[in-house]
Amino acid sequence: MARSNSRPLSPHLTIWKWGPAMAVSIMHRVTGNGLATAGALGLIWWLMAAATGPEAYATFVKCATSPIGYLVMIGLSWFFFQHLFSGLRHFVLDMGAGYELKNNKLWSIATFIASLLVTGLVWLTIFGKAL
Amino acid sequence: MGNGTGIGRVRGLGSARHGAHHWLAQRYTAVGNLLLTLWLLFSLLSLPGLDYESVVGWIANPVVAVPLMLMVVSIFMHLRLGMQVMLEDYVHDKGLAFFSMLVLNFYAFGGAAAGVFAIAKIAFIGVVKP
Repeated sequence: MARSNSRPLSPHLTIWKWGPAMAVSIMHRVTGNGLATAGALGLIWWLMAAATGPEAYATFVKCATSPIGYLVMIGLSWFFFQHLFSGLRHFVLDMGAGYELKNNKLWSIATFIASLLVTGLVWLTIFGKAL
Repeated sequence: MGNGTGIGRVRGLGSARHGAHHWLAQRYTAVGNLLLTLWLLFSLLSLPGLDYESVVGWIANPVVAVPLMLMVVSIFMHLRLGMQVMLEDYVHDKGLAFFSMLVLNFYAFGGAAAGVFAIAKIAFIGVVKP
């Protein structure tokens, strides 16, 4: 963009006091772009491996169930639920509701609690079935 | 027909009435993603196993292959719109912005095509014997 570098920028992340609404907004972008890159590539890898044959699928499963694989999958599943719940929050805000300070703060925090709870529940189900 | 703002009228840049298109498409695909990814999640969790035969046998089913294709398309449309907004915010250099949008479009269309192709191959050929 054509702008002089000597002109001051408006205050950005460094100057504001962190609050739940700010955190949930930033996390929506972080999780969205994480899912759009790592998540989408993982999905395509899984589908392509399944389409290619048993050996390619075995390679995928070997990588996915390695310690790093589990870390990535658990991280992405948390990203997924965080993006899902803050996406649902967006639908409510899009309707013009939930802007009162108290409610906004409450539901911002609720997205984090919900995403962590559901992520934990899903992995408990998976590991529970394996036992 | 609206005529845009005064200054826009003077410049001949009145409302094209497409202002909300990106925003709405982001919401439509979000609803698609919500329904289809939750369906995939619950389906995978209720499969007897996630080994090659179980997964391929499941995807080969027409009532699975079609929604799975729709999910891939909805996901890649949604991520194209979302990443576009991120790039517009952070990539300020005009040339680099054009290039990153080009790469994003290649990624989004390429990814969707790869996913749909993989599902179609599974649906038409099914389990491949080693």
